[in-house]
Amino acid sequence: MNTPMRKHLGSITALAFALLSGLIFGLGLILAGMANPAKVLAFLDLAGLWDPSLALVMGGAIAVGLVAFSIARKRSLSFLGLPISLPTSRIIDKRLVLGSLAFGIGWGLVGICPAPAFVLLGTGSIKGIIFLVAMLVGMGIFELLEKYSK
Amino acid sequence: MIIDWNHFTPWSALAGGVLIGVATALFILLNGRIAGITGIIGGLFTSRIHDAGWRLAFIIGLIAAPLVWQLFSQLPTIQIDADNGLLAIAGLIVGISTRYGSGCTSGHGVCGISRLSPRSIVATLAFMGTGFLTVFVVHHLIGA
Repeated sequence: MNTPMRKHLGSITALAFALLSGLIFGLGLILAGMANPAKVLAFLDLAGLWDPSLALVMGGAIAVGLVAFSIARKRSLSFLGLPISLPTSRIIDKRLVLGSLAFGIGWGLVGICPAPAFVLLGTGSIKGIIFLVAMLVGMGIFELLEKYSK
Repeated sequence: MIIDWNHFTPWSALAGGVLIGVATALFILLNGRIAGITGIIGGLFTSRIHDAGWRLAFIIGLIAAPLVWQLFSQLPTIQIDADNGLLAIAGLIVGISTRYGSGCTSGHGVCGISRLSPRSIVATLAFMGTGFLTVFVVHHLIGA
């Protein structure tokens, strides 16, 4: 097989695995109950009738993640031969803290975070789509603010 | 604190979490990328065409998940009590702030903590903290 052909097929393989990863991620969210905003809010409601399920979602995901990232950290190329890109910043700054604090407010208001917003789109939920569109507009606003603050 | 034993679903939560972990593992070990939704979408605003494919593929996978699920089984209950106005406001806040904080529940909460990143541990504590606080204020102080 010639080189351009291999490269082309390689990128199709990478796309197929990206699709598969997204699919498994989404199925995990549905199985876990994370795609149900009422269940997310029941987890965040410590003072009400508390549903601790989502702590186990995090636990299960992190248990597998710890193994995966300990392998990834020792490699520079993935098993498909692609560069492994891990975040390098170690600075805990105002942007990180204020951004995350504000994210928790938005999350706590309705019980939807970015990944489940896309799963909700796939269920055809109108309310989910309203949230998703507003979220994408918000990300667009961020880009504009970044562009004009420089 | 009163635990809602009737709605506590430890096994499906754990199994769903493991699936999320497996997806994260595949993505970093095969594609070499962090399965952080904020970063994946954010890159679509700034990156060039050749970098958009894997981002779109992952997102299409997420959107397709409930459709694939329905080939085998009925979708579990999905309940959204918030009205459209609140959903729009919350969506805007989540969109702007996750980009500001460089991540959300997936990027910081799952991948970041799995990498033992101090930034992500701080970010996760921050958004979990205001998440708990917001629900307390909305459901118990305002009483909505």
